[in-house]
Amino acid sequence: MTDLTDLGVAAIRDGVREGAFSAREVANAFIAKVQSAKVLNAFLVETPDHAIAAADAADAAKAAGETLKPLAGVPIGMKDLFCTKDVPATAASLILEGFSPTYESTVSGKLFAAGAGMLGKLNMDQFAMGSSNETSAFGNVISPWRRNDGGNAALAPGGSSGGSSAAISARLCPAATGTDTGGSIRQPAAFTGISGIKPTYGRCSRWGVVAFSSSLDQAGPMARDVRDCAIMLEAMTGFDPKDATSLDLPVPQWEAGLSADLKGKTIGIPKQYRVDNMPPEIEALWQQGIQWARDAGAEIIEVSLPHTKYALPAYYIIAPAEASSNLARYDGVRYGLRDLPEGANLQDMYAATRAAGFGSEVKRRIMIGTYVLSAGFYDAYFTQASKVRTLIARDFEQAFEKCDLLLTPTAPSAAFALGEKQADPIAMYLNDVFTVPASLAGLPAMSVPGGLDAQGLPLGLQIIGRPLDEQGVLNAGLAIEQRAGFVARPEAWW
Amino acid sequence: MADATAPYRITGETGEWEVVVGLEVHAQVTSNAKLFSGAATAFGAEPNTQVSLVDAAMPGMLPVPNRECIRQAVRTGMAIDAQINKWSRFDRKNYFYADLPQGYQISQLYHPIVGEGAIDISLDEKNPDASGKRIGVERIHVEQDAGKLMHDQHPTRSYVDLNRSGVALMEIVSKPDMRSPQEAGAYLAKLRSILRYVGSCDGNMDQGSMRADVNVSVRKPGDEFGTRTETKNVNSVRFVMQVVEQEAKRQVAVIEAGGRIVQETRLYDPDRGETRSMRSKEDAHDYRYFPDPDLLPLELDDAFLEECRASLPELPDAKRARYEAAGITPYQAAVLTADVDSALWFDTLLEAGAKPVAAANWTTSELFGALNRTGKDIATSPVSPGQAAELLGLVADGTLSGSLAKQVFEIMLETGDGAAKIVDERGLKQTSDTGAIEGVIAGILAANADKVEQYKGGKEALFGFFVGQTMKAMQGKANPQVVNELLKKALA
Repeated sequence: MTDLTDLGVAAIRDGVREGAFSAREVANAFIAKVQSAKVLNAFLVETPDHAIAAADAADAAKAAGETLKPLAGVPIGMKDLFCTKDVPATAASLILEGFSPTYESTVSGKLFAAGAGMLGKLNMDQFAMGSSNETSAFGNVISPWRRNDGGNAALAPGGSSGGSSAAISARLCPAATGTDTGGSIRQPAAFTGISGIKPTYGRCSRWGVVAFSSSLDQAGPMARDVRDCAIMLEAMTGFDPKDATSLDLPVPQWEAGLSADLKGKTIGIPKQYRVDNMPPEIEALWQQGIQWARDAGAEIIEVSLPHTKYALPAYYIIAPAEASSNLARYDGVRYGLRDLPEGANLQDMYAATRAAGFGSEVKRRIMIGTYVLSAGFYDAYFTQASKVRTLIARDFEQAFEKCDLLLTPTAPSAAFALGEKQADPIAMYLNDVFTVPASLAGLPAMSVPGGLDAQGLPLGLQIIGRPLDEQGVLNAGLAIEQRAGFVARPEAWW
Repeated sequence: MADATAPYRITGETGEWEVVVGLEVHAQVTSNAKLFSGAATAFGAEPNTQVSLVDAAMPGMLPVPNRECIRQAVRTGMAIDAQINKWSRFDRKNYFYADLPQGYQISQLYHPIVGEGAIDISLDEKNPDASGKRIGVERIHVEQDAGKLMHDQHPTRSYVDLNRSGVALMEIVSKPDMRSPQEAGAYLAKLRSILRYVGSCDGNMDQGSMRADVNVSVRKPGDEFGTRTETKNVNSVRFVMQVVEQEAKRQVAVIEAGGRIVQETRLYDPDRGETRSMRSKEDAHDYRYFPDPDLLPLELDDAFLEECRASLPELPDAKRARYEAAGITPYQAAVLTADVDSALWFDTLLEAGAKPVAAANWTTSELFGALNRTGKDIATSPVSPGQAAELLGLVADGTLSGSLAKQVFEIMLETGDGAAKIVDERGLKQTSDTGAIEGVIAGILAANADKVEQYKGGKEALFGFFVGQTMKAMQGKANPQVVNELLKKALA
């Protein structure tokens, strides 16, 4: 019998519908996998009861001859940034230790309403700030991947959705939620050989998702392939009156619309993404991806996104600025950690609580954000960055007058070793160089695995689309996926 | 505009000083729900019973603008002839305090919803001859209120009540156009009146629905503006006037003693009648305002604006003009329109058929006098406009004399009965029966032959005596005009 944990979302869904296996069997198989992989530290909270309850509901519906829901029988992982009712939510920060929301985020609620069960809450970079998962207050996630050099260096699963990427690539869950502020879905997907899509800003409600940078944060699915991403995305998106930035649009049938035929599509190759010191393997993969797109029928042109080099600095002003304000609510007054030294006044309590509760990367970004918004610096930093953001969006608009989609590498390198970049925040920030521009412009963007580097580590290709053209992005992803034939998976050493 | 009174001046050791005043008024928007959440806003609820997840700033919670609050701000702007900005935006004002769950207040710094407007004030609303003045309004923006801290509930702890957290406020910022305590008081009173007419704020200053930050500076007349201080949260018209007066005097004293005024925030202590420093500019927060990324810019379409405009009631100045055009004296028109409840009561009286001039005379003297006497206000008036119209109708058609009407009104106040019923039951109808009146007059003249002599000898003031005696004998029911005529004839 096949190992049920080798199945993806579509295969599980279809198998449960057809009665090939029960949802309960699927849930149990993944629960056992989660149990056996604790060393990866992918889960912060395990919720096997939730997964089993959803599976039993699916099995009961099947037994009763009812039409099964879109995700009936599919157990998933939930990034800990999502508030799920009565389950601890910490955003991987000590400051939220002990916090258990009384409410269900819109996205998790939609997934559960679609029949999905939850295996647990996934580890992440603290408050989604990081590209390696090393900023989690509860220990970093370890990537299931290892280099083929015989060494056992622990690798980063990417971030901030590193628990999600590690869990999916280690077959601990078939799919998971992620959130992407500057690449937090796409970069970990690339590092672990899986797929992930950040939809157009406003497609997924942010209600109930712990905020990092409100104008950039966007939820999206991570899964093993493009089809599974499409299925998940359909369940996650939709208008939410509780989020003022939510798009009031119907949800397209992305899975039904999947097509790997790119005839008639023009794919732009942005020349500014050819950055200094890019490893030759990344460049080679990019060229390979271009060829695959051409093979799928697309016309390839070079396009210019002239303000690309300003994207990263603008991002590292805007995101910390918003974060410095968004994280002000963690003050020890109403929930989470409260550090009240003997004889402390209110200010002392704020200082002690926030000093003890926030990790150093979070503090760094709060300080940067506070600085760039402060009197005398606001215009030089925040206003300038906002202007750059507008220019970057215009770059994309102009490029999309000539092409339908853009193809780039997802990250400038394969997964690095844990600890390798921790001491140098700038080096860490540079990981987001290819993913940040699409975030600033609110565009749909996806990473799909393209191949392995010489060390046997996955590399990803990124497809960026016009606003609301998730279908185009998914289809190009599918075309590459079919030609890449990526089947590599980490060998279980855990 | 004629300036009937001398300019307000503070006389210091070095000469005369002028005071410059601007007001920032926070007015709670009348709405069932808060600015960005669905939580209720009723005054006086048990602590923390009107708090949504958004108001408590739970993780992942998001603000969604409440259209009714926006509508009220737009209507208010229209009522002061202000520019309505079809594109505005919310900004975050960041600071830490225990009554501010988000760690920021959502406000509008850079792009307020309402731009420049103006309010006409009269320095004595009751006196049409008093000087008037136009006070500029810089802007109106909407923002969230904070919660409330209670420090007196526990020896070592402070309690937080978030009921008010997130309630919508309009901040109405005047230009520094006021030059005396009286002008500041008149501006606040007029603003309050307009808000109550529009229905965008109940104006209950004692419940904190309206409060003013008073900006005061002094200068030698003709000089540049001086450094201002801001006295926060002043909650009555009287206190605002006191703050202006006290703060101006204090500033003059400081400057004349060789000191200088520092830009600072002050508090008013009504018990001691003085302001005191709260924090200086040096300790002022850097609020790090920036556009709230949780909210899209607020864009108002024409249909919405038209709906707002169509829903505006007749405003005090227009109403007052209409009353004056109907022959009501300017003084009475001012009295009747000063408060929306009185004005609406009076309009209903007119609609019920009462003649404007008689109705205004009666309302401002008889009714308001009775309400004053009994400690009631127009909202709790024991006599309805319909009942008053009935009473005035009986005067108009000659059934009741003025004095009889007074009697009937007193009985109406006591019993709540209608005027016609009282007249019928108690026989208070005025008589014009000349025969009966002539008989009474003949008796009175016979009994007072000496006074008749004196009258005829030139002491004409005695005529009033004969009228009084006749009316008394007729138990007040004689038609006074008929009595006059018949007396004149009899004494001729």
